[in-house]
Amino acid sequence: MKIKEIKEILNAEVITDFSNENTDIKYGFASDLMSDALALVKSDSLLITGLNNSQVIRTAEMLDMSTVLFVRGKRPCPDVVSLALENQVTILSTEYTMFKACSLLAINGMEGIEADD
Amino acid sequence: MTDKLLIRYSYNIAANDFIAAGKGSSSIKNTLKSMGIDASTIRRIAIISYEAEINLVIHSYGGMLHCDLYENKIDIITEDKGPGIENIDLALTEGYSTATESVRELGFGAGMGLPNMKKYSDDFDIASSREGTFIKITVLLQEV
Ligand SMILES: Nc1ncnc2c1ncn2[C@@H]1O[C@H](COP(=O)(O)OP(=O)(O)OP(=O)(O)O)[C@@H](O)[C@H]1O
Ligand SMILES: [Mg+2]
Repeated sequence: MKIKEIKEILNAEVITDFSNENTDIKYGFASDLMSDALALVKSDSLLITGLNNSQVIRTAEMLDMSTVLFVRGKRPCPDVVSLALENQVTILSTEYTMFKACSLLAINGMEGIEADD
Repeated sequence: MTDKLLIRYSYNIAANDFIAAGKGSSSIKNTLKSMGIDASTIRRIAIISYEAEINLVIHSYGGMLHCDLYENKIDIITEDKGPGIENIDLALTEGYSTATESVRELGFGAGMGLPNMKKYSDDFDIASSREGTFIKITVLLQEV
């Protein structure tokens, strides 16, 4: 799914932006526990979370993920933004709740990650 | 000689410092990147190092994170000042965590850190007593 679509579907506020026309994200992974993401996530995925702290950005950094999505209208504080800028991580924020955001992405074609691959 | 230590990078990790948590691993990742090591190997090392670093912040009284570079492997090592892990088998079980509620709110406590470190490693060593925990994780470098 192109990041442009993700932004539209979720009516997302773009907080930091390193995406371009071609940024394509295949999978979505939603969790508030970062080790769950570190166990499974592939780099071409979107990390969807209800957290908004610097460890989310660190997790994206370690996994070479380009984009994270904060749900429920969470916005990061300035030191989280600067960490994202430093590591070229795109931060999106949506007013939708976790389940709503995930379902909107899923019905529009975003895939989940299988636990066993 | 393939088992000669080429260089050691060391980071002091403070207990409960959630602002700095991850800095050491970030620095290790950038250093390895500049050496031209392949991206998927770097990702494995970064995950291991980050989980280990976070464990020092959350669970230990503080300690050291080392990245030892050899010709054909990298070791990530942590040594901390206690309180140690009482039951290592239990700690290595997926989902086992003693993280407090306040730590969980920050996004930790899935009980997946040690299992992740093991899963992404080629070799995993752990020893613990009340004086401290020692962990050594080896990732082999791809022959180019
Ligand atoms: N350096 C350490 N010193 C003391 N206890 C530790 C240390 N590392 C891990 N532990 C113990 O082992 C348990 C399991 O660690 P593990 O990293 O797998 O999970 P976690 O840190 O609790 O949660 P997660 O890593 O998923 O955020 C911890 O909850 C803690 O009790
Ligand atoms: Mg852990």
